[in-house]
Amino acid sequence: MIIVRIDAKGMHYRQLNKIIRDAVASGEKEFELDNIGGQRYIGGGLNESVKITINGTPGNDLGVFMNGPKIIVNANAQDGIANTMNAGEIIVHGNVGDIIGYGMRGGKLYIKGDAGYRVGIHMKEYKKQVPVIIAGGTAGDFFGEYMAGGIMILLGMNGKSPLVGDYVGTGMHGGVIYIRGKVDPFNLGKEVSCLELSEEDTKLIGGYLKEYCEYFGFDYDEVMGGKFTKLVPLSIRPYGNLYVY
Amino acid sequence: MESQLPAEFAVNVDHEKCRRCKRCVINCSFGAIEFKDKVTPNSRLCVACHRCATFCPENAITITENPLDYKYGYNWTPEIRKNILKQAESGGIILTGMGNPKPYPIYWDHMLIDACQVTNPSIDPLREPMELRTYLGAKPDSLEFDENISLATELAPQVKLDIPIVFAAMSYGAISLNAHKALAMAATRMGTLMNTGEGGMHEDIAPYADRIIVQVASGRFGVTSKYLNRSAAVEIKIGQGAKPGIGGHLPGEKVGEDISKTRMIPVGTDALSPAPHHDIYSIEDLSQLIYAIKEATDYKKPVSVKIAAVHNVAAIASGIVRAGADIVMLDGFRGGTGAAPMVIRDHVGIPIELALAAVDDRLRQEGIRNRASILVGGSIRQSADVVKAIALGADACVIGTASLIAMGCRVCQKCYTGNCAWGIATQKPELVRRLNPEVAADRLCNLLIAWGHEIQEVLGSLGINAIESLRGSRERLRGVGLPQETLDILGIKHAGIGQ
Amino acid sequence: MKCDGIPSGCAISGMMSEQGRRIDGRIIIKSIACMHDRSNGLGGGFAAYGIYPKRKDMYAFHMMYDNMEAKEATEEFFKDYFNVDKDEPVPTQRQNGISNPPILWRYFLEVPENKLEFLSERDYVTNTVMKINSEIEGAFVASSGKNMGAFKGVGYPEDIGKFYKLEDYSAYIWTAHGRFPTNTPGWWGGAHPFTLLDWSVVHNGEISSYGINKRYLEMFGYKLELRTDTEVIAYLIDLLVRRHKLPIDKAVMSLASPFWKDIDRMEPEQKKTATMLRQVYGSTLLNGPFSIIVGHSNGMIGLNDRIKLRPMTAARKDDMLYMASEESAIREIAPDLDEVWSPRAGTAVIGTLKAEVE
Repeated sequence: MIIVRIDAKGMHYRQLNKIIRDAVASGEKEFELDNIGGQRYIGGGLNESVKITINGTPGNDLGVFMNGPKIIVNANAQDGIANTMNAGEIIVHGNVGDIIGYGMRGGKLYIKGDAGYRVGIHMKEYKKQVPVIIAGGTAGDFFGEYMAGGIMILLGMNGKSPLVGDYVGTGMHGGVIYIRGKVDPFNLGKEVSCLELSEEDTKLIGGYLKEYCEYFGFDYDEVMGGKFTKLVPLSIRPYGNLYVY
Repeated sequence: MESQLPAEFAVNVDHEKCRRCKRCVINCSFGAIEFKDKVTPNSRLCVACHRCATFCPENAITITENPLDYKYGYNWTPEIRKNILKQAESGGIILTGMGNPKPYPIYWDHMLIDACQVTNPSIDPLREPMELRTYLGAKPDSLEFDENISLATELAPQVKLDIPIVFAAMSYGAISLNAHKALAMAATRMGTLMNTGEGGMHEDIAPYADRIIVQVASGRFGVTSKYLNRSAAVEIKIGQGAKPGIGGHLPGEKVGEDISKTRMIPVGTDALSPAPHHDIYSIEDLSQLIYAIKEATDYKKPVSVKIAAVHNVAAIASGIVRAGADIVMLDGFRGGTGAAPMVIRDHVGIPIELALAAVDDRLRQEGIRNRASILVGGSIRQSADVVKAIALGADACVIGTASLIAMGCRVCQKCYTGNCAWGIATQKPELVRRLNPEVAADRLCNLLIAWGHEIQEVLGSLGINAIESLRGSRERLRGVGLPQETLDILGIKHAGIGQ
Repeated sequence: MKCDGIPSGCAISGMMSEQGRRIDGRIIIKSIACMHDRSNGLGGGFAAYGIYPKRKDMYAFHMMYDNMEAKEATEEFFKDYFNVDKDEPVPTQRQNGISNPPILWRYFLEVPENKLEFLSERDYVTNTVMKINSEIEGAFVASSGKNMGAFKGVGYPEDIGKFYKLEDYSAYIWTAHGRFPTNTPGWWGGAHPFTLLDWSVVHNGEISSYGINKRYLEMFGYKLELRTDTEVIAYLIDLLVRRHKLPIDKAVMSLASPFWKDIDRMEPEQKKTATMLRQVYGSTLLNGPFSIIVGHSNGMIGLNDRIKLRPMTAARKDDMLYMASEESAIREIAPDLDEVWSPRAGTAVIGTLKAEVE
């Protein structure tokens, strides 16, 4: 398999992404991008199962509207990763910025380190199409705000505090959040309830975490050995009583 | 709590005429007519949708406002009193539908159009060409020709309209699939556009995608790269005239299995589009999303940004154009909605006439007017409104409520209940079936054909035979009964002043 | 009084030697006089090219002043903005039918090098014309091109021509205009031709798209002071040809665009060009009845509107190209013609200078 290597030093995103789009159209399957520094929208809107390895810090909206590719980032990444992503995988060997997985509809976003504010806002799911976000470290406020579907797992493996910010799951009306550790009820949105994990839950997250640990070299047993909190919406219609007709 | 609210309407059945066919009972989707030995109305539930009266073969049903006098109060109107009762009984935000019904000034009705007499001739539109074709999209300041006198400029993507009227964004969810089909078919036949609104696109209307604007709103319902590419243009919805500054709201009553699928949300949940896009907290973030869409569509689709008309609309529009939008869609404060808090619908925003004038002026002052097309909506009621809007500077107009009325809507303002008796603003299969998409499409086409002829008549009387000679030609408008400040904002002279 | 905006009917005539032969002004007066009944004595004028051979590289400003204050203010202005090579009264003679002329003065100007750091010379001169017309009360630039001039005023064109002693000028292009405004303008600046730099326009008809043409030009910095559609035409041509560098036939196609139904049937390349011109330059479309003759240093363009609501006849004889509202106005000065035709609606007649001006 030939890997298309692109030196992106000083290249504008429009040029870089066009090279990638054209190469994908002509059948190329694997890319390695060197000297990436802030180029936006990498992998944006691609529908093919290609693999893109990124060396350097990619710009905002990495994998926006993406529908199939696998992206590996060997660095930290910025804001807006997996924005409205439909399918594929993004693996970040570092931390990520704010508003990741916004409106995410499918695929996986695995982050080794910390995530910023507003993770997984308005994530969705339909039947078997269920997006998954796993972050190994901590996350900021508004984690899972307005969540309508999907799975989010926050691990806190680096022991930093606080594990997660304020307003967790505010407005949540679908999906499920698993947090490895304790969450102060004060930090929870009014629309979520805290549950113990069932056997099914353990089995479900175990599958994803096995794969996750293999990517980043975490010890699977150590990860699973932690005490998880499960957050689900109290109601599928949290604001049903807010209005009068 | 027992309700103290009086009935809004009174339903009267003439039992002498009634032959008890029960068609009214079957047709009433609000449960306001029962059959107990004879047709028995429950006026309290009537919304004045006229379905029963329309389908009564004997014309035996009349609906009147409930003749219930309130002690006169200029300040404490019956409506305000009823709203207070409603809230005292529920503690809820009053939700409502359609556009702002309050008696704010309607500036369209204070503008008059010029006509030719002798010194320049009018043109007869019946005999002579009268062109309405319009292209939406960014235009460069100038064209360049190389030394061989062939074109050296490539144009940004353009969408052709055969008539400068497009159907407004109304989501699948807010309105039924049959309504969406009718709009898509009519748009295709008439060479104009419909707009998915923010609810994604049902596969059944995908064949008409070349004539569909697909919308990306904060809820990102149904947004995929396929969705973005299967379109005539992509619209980022920031705001809506009926509810500036607040998000979308599709009540759970309308979220059935099909809506759950296209939106990827649980059945029965309220589909909430949050007020802001969470990836847009500043103008540079808007630019980031505009270019995300351009990247995902390989720069082949014009990107529109829709905003509600608010106080600072001119500066906002300028920022939107500079952020890279190809189309700016302005929605005035009278624009319709499937559901909005009444406090917002009735009290927030500014009239589209003033917003349009301010935006067109501002973009011209900055020399960037050609960089984006301007679409305006927010209660375009008749062809005269279209003519006036285009003369003020719009490229084309957007009609929502008017298109619903054409399909049968009676503007009863109960869209949020999901009980629309006309099969338009409902998802209940038995009600949706009432709207025949073919017939509704014919009605929509007829409306556009009629308005198109009327616009041509006006152009002819103005002595021009192409819509671009009207566009922005405020010289052809005069104000009546407007104060100087309003005239200045509209950029028009008062009637009685010549050139 | 700088107030116009008065609709008018009109007569126009133009003649050009494509070989650059210069002809004295009596001929064009004869031609326009033939159409006396198309005007009503409230405006007439001429543009002439090649009349100042000794100072052909200088901007010749023909000025109209309401009073001495305006003249003094303008001359101060010229001193700041130009090197003034020469100034003198525009020669005139008493003529029946001509009364109350403004002060008529002409200046031969050069642009100092140091003024052109950020601007082209022609943009610089355009800006000064805009400034004088909008900012100096009682002063009006009748023309501002090199080796050309406009001679116009209130009266029948043949009287105006005699008043200005046009028999003393020789030009390779002459255009003329007789005006029929519908009330009394009383202002000499409002007569045709309307000019900017070396563009001159004489115009019959009224532009119903004036409102948007004007707003479009304002976006590019033009100040429209006269509220006449003729001013709009001159500026549009300046914008399209000089500033946007469109070939003349493409500029003309923008001003009198073909109908969409015809564009749709064109060959692909031509269709693309015509479509894009209309998409980008829709606001320049001159809609309504018009026939115009545009003069410039290198030629003469005749054009009428796209459904031909105003008349135009064109003719050739040897190196001469003629255009006029009526064929009789051409026959009057050139009875024996090689070719006479009525240009099709929206199709330009283009005359081009093919030799050095004599």
